Amino acid sequence: MEDTAIEEAEVSGAAEFAPALIASHPHGNSVAVAIGPELRVFDLKSGSPVSLSDDCGGRSHADAIRAICFGVSGALFASAGDDKLVKVWKTDSWRCIRTITSEKRVSAVAISNDDLYVTFADKFGVVWLVTLGEDGAEQVSVDNKPVSILGHYCSIITSMKFSPDGRFIATADRDFKIRVTLFPKNPVKGAHEIQSFCLGHTDFVSCIAFTSMSENQSFLISGGGDSTVRLWDYINGCLLDTCQVRDKMGELLEQNETDDSSLAVADICPSNDGKLVAVAIQSFNGVMLLACDLVGKKLSFLKVITMEKSYIPTSLASSFSSEFLWTVMGASNMPNQASNQLLTRLRIIPRFQKDLISSDNGPLILEDSEVPHGEKLLLALQGSLDIAKQEEVLASVLSALKVSMHKMLVKKHYSEERREQRKRGRNDKKIKN
Amino acid sequence: MTRTNGVSGGGGGQQQAPAAGKLPRKRFYRARAHSNPLSDSHFPVPVSPDEVDLSQHYPRYFPADKGEEAPPPPRIRFADVGCGFGGLLVGLSPLFPDTLMIGMELRDKVVTTLFCCALDFCGCPVYYSKLKVTEYVKERILALRASNPGQYDNISVVRTNSMKYIPNYFRKAQLTKMFFLFPDPHFKEKNHRRRVISMQLLDEYAYVMEVGGIIYTITDVEELGEWMRSCLEKHPLFEAVPEEEIKADPVVKLLSTATEESQKVARNGGQTFHAIFRRISLQEE
Repeated sequence: MEDTAIEEAEVSGAAEFAPALIASHPHGNSVAVAIGPELRVFDLKSGSPVSLSDDCGGRSHADAIRAICFGVSGALFASAGDDKLVKVWKTDSWRCIRTITSEKRVSAVAISNDDLYVTFADKFGVVWLVTLGEDGAEQVSVDNKPVSILGHYCSIITSMKFSPDGRFIATADRDFKIRVTLFPKNPVKGAHEIQSFCLGHTDFVSCIAFTSMSENQSFLISGGGDSTVRLWDYINGCLLDTCQVRDKMGELLEQNETDDSSLAVADICPSNDGKLVAVAIQSFNGVMLLACDLVGKKLSFLKVITMEKSYIPTSLASSFSSEFLWTVMGASNMPNQASNQLLTRLRIIPRFQKDLISSDNGPLILEDSEVPHGEKLLLALQGSLDIAKQEEVLASVLSALKVSMHKMLVKKHYSEERREQRKRGRNDKKIKN
Repeated sequence: MTRTNGVSGGGGGQQQAPAAGKLPRKRFYRARAHSNPLSDSHFPVPVSPDEVDLSQHYPRYFPADKGEEAPPPPRIRFADVGCGFGGLLVGLSPLFPDTLMIGMELRDKVVTTLFCCALDFCGCPVYYSKLKVTEYVKERILALRASNPGQYDNISVVRTNSMKYIPNYFRKAQLTKMFFLFPDPHFKEKNHRRRVISMQLLDEYAYVMEVGGIIYTITDVEELGEWMRSCLEKHPLFEAVPEEEIKADPVVKLLSTATEESQKVARNGGQTFHAIFRRISLQEE
């Protein structure tokens, strides 16, 4: 039974897996992979791995990284996670220029379009904002502490993005909601004016992304635990279209594999022409591509790109300037995982644009030998080139991933005895007379 | 064991109106004063405001046989957050007979014990009956409608956690009045985040209120009163309603007289602290 499996996992401490994350520099300069506490960056221009340097007195992250992102200009990169630290890096030198301490673990991070602010969400659902110093400024004023600008009441924020025009900040939570808030000129006073709520998901929202095909009109796309990908007019909070990923998966997978909870959407990534959406699904060994018609405001199934049986992407990334869709698979915080076993596997889908991918010529996935900078990149980002060793590690990741997303994002319902048992551990009880 | 039929509606969740409009006896619905707003009790929540079925709550306004020229259905305009036993709604209903109002209450089960009592029953204590606070309010409304035909059709109650789900029930700028009467003070500092008025939640209340709408809060706990006033003052989307206007508003009197909580405060000679603010629009910078 699902519940017992999860409870056992809880007891053994094995349920808090952290999926591997990937992010691509907007201009294609570099690619970053986060696995556990390790941040691995590869410079695509020079063809060599990057060594990160940290001026902030600390070394790199001490615990699993839960969120990474590049700012839209490409100048900055942010990483944050379970060690309650948010680190901001300059992407030219890959030096960490700010380390911000959060009171709680961080679940999402974003950089404002003008590179002036970093926002991060903690596990209470509060979004904090930090003002970054002027470019190159080493001395940051002491009282530049994070200020809270908005919050999703007692809910974990899973994804946070700025709109392309910078006017809005969108936040999605595990209580099925997406909130779009005006991001004011002076956000230090808070972002109090809500533009809309995009309501329609019937389970946790796992990822959101803005997409546009022209300068002045953009839309919001979201994926959730209800196995749907949805297209929204976020200005008015209108649901424009819903793609039932579950139905498509039902046709493609065998019967015994389509268990409800394992078809959650893990990640989405729009293409830079606005016409495609790549979808990573929790237990599917490949990527589903949806055609996104922003004129007709429709999402429809286009095709699936199936990869080898043991490869389930945990994170997707693309950039404005190249046609690659980067995918990564990996997880950390697993039981019996030695620290030298933080392995990931990368697969790249070239020609991630509607016209290119619809035609049938050319391979859908790059072979390892065709990957830009081939072995150097794979070694740096994956941690190993030994496929056999990887397969072994990744096999255990597979089953772990199925449990982890469900555990992290679906509110636990305890049985009566379990609840009583948990209550006994409380330390703030009043004595009844 | 004899089952008494003094309680209207009974414990089986029956919805029929009590005999001859007899009002439900409050003492059979006693509740714990506090409930945990952080726990997700198992009540259904509408996915979005479009899913809210108003015909269940206000049948008179949603007749099954609508004519071709039926006017567009009205929307709920007043919300009483934490309505308790419904006293405010009952008081407001005749003042605004064509405005739809809803009470939102979190409290779950109520355990009542029926004791032998000279008034209505004979015999020994009969049984424990589990009823809901919101059930009590529903019964009360049905009874009032039965005994006062044509009145009280505009009020209703829903069991939900309004701190998490307000945007699920109301569209942007839908409400013209919101009420927070004697909310839980959550005295401990670590519990302040559970208070129903906070900077964070005011964002959501401002979202569902139209510009010009009014938010009414009242409490008998001075520290909470200061807290609520201070949050509202700091929040850019609310401004204080001037004293003259407060004096002229017929609703204000009800805040301190209409509900059980307020009557208890009055009985004990306590002081109340209100904060009444108007939803404004932000000036463009």
